[in-house]
Amino acid sequence: MGLVRSGVIGRISAGGLALMLLLAVLAFAASVGETAIPVPTVIDTIANHLWDAGNAVNAIDAGIIWNYRLSRAVVAAACGAALAVSGAVLQALLRNSLADPYLLGISAGASTGAVSVVILGLGAGMLGLSLGAFLGALAAFAFVTLLAWQAGRGTSAIILAGVAGSQMFNALTAYIVTKSASAEQARGIMFWLLGNLSGVRWSDAWLALPVVVVGLVVCLWHARALDAFTFGRDSAASLGVPVRRVYVVLIATSALMTAVMVSIVGSIGFVGLVIPHAARFFVGNNHGVLLPLSAVIGALFMVGADVLSRVIVPGQVLPIGVITALIGAPAFALILCHGRVLR
Amino acid sequence: MSIELRNVAWSVGFKKIIEDVSLAIEPGEFLGLIGPNGSGKTSMMSVLAGIRPPSGGQALLNGSAMKKVGRRNLARKIGFVEQQADTIDRITVREAVSLGRTPYLSVLSPWSTRDDAIVDDALCAVDMAAMADRMWQTLSGGEKQRVHIARALAQEPTYLLLDEPTNHLDIRHQLGLLELVGRLPLTVVAALHDLNHAAMFCDRIAMMAKGRLIAVGRPVEILTPENLRDVFGVSASVDVDDKGRCVIRFQTSITTLSDIKEGRVA
Repeated sequence: MGLVRSGVIGRISAGGLALMLLLAVLAFAASVGETAIPVPTVIDTIANHLWDAGNAVNAIDAGIIWNYRLSRAVVAAACGAALAVSGAVLQALLRNSLADPYLLGISAGASTGAVSVVILGLGAGMLGLSLGAFLGALAAFAFVTLLAWQAGRGTSAIILAGVAGSQMFNALTAYIVTKSASAEQARGIMFWLLGNLSGVRWSDAWLALPVVVVGLVVCLWHARALDAFTFGRDSAASLGVPVRRVYVVLIATSALMTAVMVSIVGSIGFVGLVIPHAARFFVGNNHGVLLPLSAVIGALFMVGADVLSRVIVPGQVLPIGVITALIGAPAFALILCHGRVLR
Repeated sequence: MSIELRNVAWSVGFKKIIEDVSLAIEPGEFLGLIGPNGSGKTSMMSVLAGIRPPSGGQALLNGSAMKKVGRRNLARKIGFVEQQADTIDRITVREAVSLGRTPYLSVLSPWSTRDDAIVDDALCAVDMAAMADRMWQTLSGGEKQRVHIARALAQEPTYLLLDEPTNHLDIRHQLGLLELVGRLPLTVVAALHDLNHAAMFCDRIAMMAKGRLIAVGRPVEILTPENLRDVFGVSASVDVDDKGRCVIRFQTSITTLSDIKEGRVA
């Protein structure tokens, strides 16, 4: 509440600060890699591209920074922000601290959708990878909600249904891959499914950025409605929240954000689950502050994880999903014991 | 200004939970809703609060259908405290009460100092101002219930609807809570379990059985030995004092240990 009451100026300056921090980390991420490039060179390159600053920069360095590392860092940031915001929204709506796009099968469904388009050629070239992932995400979520509904609608029912749903969709993905993909395709797909930013280019960034910005704005627009869910669905309704509409809009938004990210980088666990809890630890439960902070922490975390994935094993790039889980799981354990967020 | 139900029915699937209920709430009264378990009290409360649209008949607020009035406007007129609303979120008492301002806030009309003042008043009204910064999880059952009422009061409602507000409270807090609610300058509708409480605090009592409203009237008219026997299945005698207030004495046919010890039963 303290942050909320500090007014508009306080909010704008906090937002500005967070944005600057994010830009600094992006620049740092672009400087780290097989060939280390100093941060000033990175800044010169960005200036050249954004407003033709005409700085003298080695063309190879400039190429590496702009075409490979920066696009990659931007996608990582967008992806982290999107997953963290989706997690925060799902946790609030479903009244369950374990809710996240990964656990609820949305990621698994998106993977199945993406794989069906790429390998089976579903939609005969009319469906893009992202649209396929989105449809898969919605199908998985519909399946999970239906199952949870039948099982009694309780808060634990949705998690159990989510586990069943993700297992099923992961199995479907594995089935499609082993049955129809060539050996090389299969290896590539498996690597991609674990989360992989290697092939990412600017075209991906121009898809990811608008999605995360629009998604965040939509969720922020409903921040007070999310607050009103504190004491459950009926309580939200009695506080004047159009419960059904909010459900549909926000779950579709989360599913869309997750689907687009999965279609670009594969499914990445733990970000959507852990980051919102970490953010809550700092600012409490007010979604007007919680959502932007989750986005920022998620972005920073993913960019950091991407840097780690590139440098931790010399000469090799680890799937980023491995890093997020390796850091995320112990971090989650720490929050669990220290903050008692779950009961 | 009133809430009115006309031939209201509400069902889950094919099962009718409440049926053909007509009831008008009178301004300023304290109306008690009584009935055995499963008689439809809770469903009735959510229909009155406008949370569940009736599947038959009409629920009206000031003469217009609640559905037309809209969620947000309803929330400005009707404060509703559910039976057991709890949360795992780490929020303070003040934050919980601040939720009551939700129907007045939007992106274009953000939180203001006036909202702060209303939340302060609501906290004072339930005597929780000193605990405003306590965490929700550290509160006792009675305190949580008072915070819920403060949240409803922060909605600045004309009507306060309470679903079994005294559940899980000890007797002192039960009486304290009902006294507090009775003092508020609002129209109150409360589903109550304890019939003596209903007799003590209510201006009128509405009695439900098997999803139907079977009688509405002053406590002395409703809480008769015949009604208690027919509706609740208990035998009781009712004493009425000179001010017209009634007290119910329940009789039991269950053998007690002392009966056996003292040889009153074979």
